[in-house]
Amino acid sequence: MRHIISLLMENEAGALSRVAGLFSARGYNIESLTVAPTEDETLSRMTIVTRGSDDVIEQITKQLNKLIDVVKVVDLSEAGHLERELMLVKVRAEGELREEMKRMSDIFRGRIVDVTEKTYIIELTGPGHKLDAFLEALDKGAILETVRTGASGIGRGDRILKI
Amino acid sequence: MELTGAEIVVRCLAEEGVEFVFGYPGGAVLNIYDEVFKQDKFKHVLVRHEQAAVHAADGYARATGRTGVALVTSGPGATNAVTGIATAYMDSIPLVVISGQVPTAVIGMDAFQEVDMVGITRPCVKHNFLVKDVKDIAETLKKAFYIASTGRPGPVVVDIPKDVTQLKTEFAYPKKVTMRSYNPVIKGHTGQIKRAAQMILEAKRPMIYTGGGVVLSNAAEELTRFTRLLGFPLTSTLMGLGGYPGSDPQFTGMLGMHGTYEANMAMQHCDVLIAIGARFDDRVIGNPEHFFQEGRRIIHIDIDPASIAKRVKVDVPIVGNVKDVLAEMTKLILASKETPDPAALKTWWTQIELWRSRDCMKYDRNSDLIKPQYVVEKMHEVTRGEAYVTSDVGQHQMWAAQYYKFDQPRRWINSGGLGTMGFGLPAAMGVQFAHPDAAVACITGEGSIQMNIQELATCKQFNLPLKIILLNNRYLGMVRQWQEFFYGNRYAESYMDALPDFAKLAESYGHVGMKIEKPEDVEGALKEAFGPELKERLVFMNFITDRTENVCPMIPAGKGLSEMILV
Repeated sequence: MRHIISLLMENEAGALSRVAGLFSARGYNIESLTVAPTEDETLSRMTIVTRGSDDVIEQITKQLNKLIDVVKVVDLSEAGHLERELMLVKVRAEGELREEMKRMSDIFRGRIVDVTEKTYIIELTGPGHKLDAFLEALDKGAILETVRTGASGIGRGDRILKI
Repeated sequence: MELTGAEIVVRCLAEEGVEFVFGYPGGAVLNIYDEVFKQDKFKHVLVRHEQAAVHAADGYARATGRTGVALVTSGPGATNAVTGIATAYMDSIPLVVISGQVPTAVIGMDAFQEVDMVGITRPCVKHNFLVKDVKDIAETLKKAFYIASTGRPGPVVVDIPKDVTQLKTEFAYPKKVTMRSYNPVIKGHTGQIKRAAQMILEAKRPMIYTGGGVVLSNAAEELTRFTRLLGFPLTSTLMGLGGYPGSDPQFTGMLGMHGTYEANMAMQHCDVLIAIGARFDDRVIGNPEHFFQEGRRIIHIDIDPASIAKRVKVDVPIVGNVKDVLAEMTKLILASKETPDPAALKTWWTQIELWRSRDCMKYDRNSDLIKPQYVVEKMHEVTRGEAYVTSDVGQHQMWAAQYYKFDQPRRWINSGGLGTMGFGLPAAMGVQFAHPDAAVACITGEGSIQMNIQELATCKQFNLPLKIILLNNRYLGMVRQWQEFFYGNRYAESYMDALPDFAKLAESYGHVGMKIEKPEDVEGALKEAFGPELKERLVFMNFITDRTENVCPMIPAGKGLSEMILV
């Protein structure tokens, strides 16, 4: 099962490598990992997308909690949550493609953030499957480059991850 | 007044009440060593290899329950320490290891004797720090001692660049440290303890299974009270030996790969299993699928939530300090005025006695060759079971665990988790420093002892009267045993050729050496070695034992507890 785990940790050098090291040392799978400081700059917030049986996910959350730098861990997928990912796609935008790309971007509520004679860069946010669908919808030959951030997640309503 | 970083390091160790620092100097720690020279608060023990420094600090910690301290230089000093650190990590031993680092300005420049110590040790420490500012030294060391010794204990590395030990700042040692990200649970959940107590009172075929957690949390007294109150059978892992008296009839022996038939069978066939400070590891329960038993309920007490439900699903998890949880549970059971069904318990004991009557630990007592089991049994007799015993890793380790009946905790000191050959001798040094008047023995093999034999020099320098019991079978015995059982007698590289004359070797270091070749000489040699005349001397006893003796019983790797190879 796919799980999205969110955690708060001390914003210290090496903290990220402790988490990444834990996953590789114990053979857990990481689909994506994003991290950045929070409004309280002594804390970083990390979102990890992983897959595993219930037993494995239980071990992952326990092992994460065991890391000395980790303050709080929550499995967002246990209840209502939102997840968003940002993608930038550089596409060919010449001839017929120029109109086509603009239209596709509009349909998916993307934004064209860079324009040259030959290319566009389209910015798109959404859950991972929406970004996948956008790439599917494009002509493969037209995609020059893509970059994705991996998912960031947050609980709905009263579910608040804070210390 | 402003102090240098090096002065601060030394002052912090004194503030922590450190008695011994085991270490080896080098370029990056010269400033610290200069301050070690100037002080008299703690004793520095110069070892002959950094691995031994960490094992000695570890032996000291295991024998006392206090945090062991090692000091090593950067680069090779640091990497040599890693095996010792990993050993302590696997067995949850509280250590603070201070390593020197190249000056901050050249970190990352591939400077002379530079390694990324924080990176290298990350997977085998409870936590580690790189101190980049002299102002942080005192607080970091306070945190290091706090983290190492609380919760599930473990080693903490503090890496200090050379320039940081030179710079000056005001010194104040924090009285207390609190960390928002680290708050180990001590007291168990009362509701869970109640549920467990109820389950215990309803048990028909109960079994208590204890591990190193009992020793680490100093819970031997609470465990003994709890077990005697209930009259339940008890088994222990390799790491838990001595947590409950080994000569008590309720003790069914060690369990696991080389455990007793009765302990393993009772473990498999009980209806309520009470796991205390143990982690169901592969050498204990074998394959978790084979271990599964319909209808058996499991209570698991451990301070580390990640140890619960890691390999085996449990019915009542209790996160907390073993000592506190056992005390609370005993109180609850006493207050309930109930007792488990005595008739059922009697039937269960009859079954266990039947298993016990297989006498799985028997061996040939009429052999013309020295049987290693006999040496350990005799040693137990000669030392009246009161010695501190360290071991290395392999067959001799299992025989020591099986035949030396440990009645007290912290007497049995071995590398259980990592299985580090070369652990025994340096660990024994640490134990002897902690208990200068006690009998300290190191049971070892001719493979293991050669992995840190240079420490005989340290023993001479500090007059450590260790008794080294070498069970010499001219084989890497455990490897040879597996090759005999599972690899068609193909003894690939498991013989020990070109062995030194150990007695002479010991003598050349200034110790007493003995060679014992006949069973009838075993007792006399042991009596002499542990006797008053050699009390102040290190005695190296080279017992030439039966080459082909195997450790039995045995559960082959990957099998279940009821699939034992008996003699």
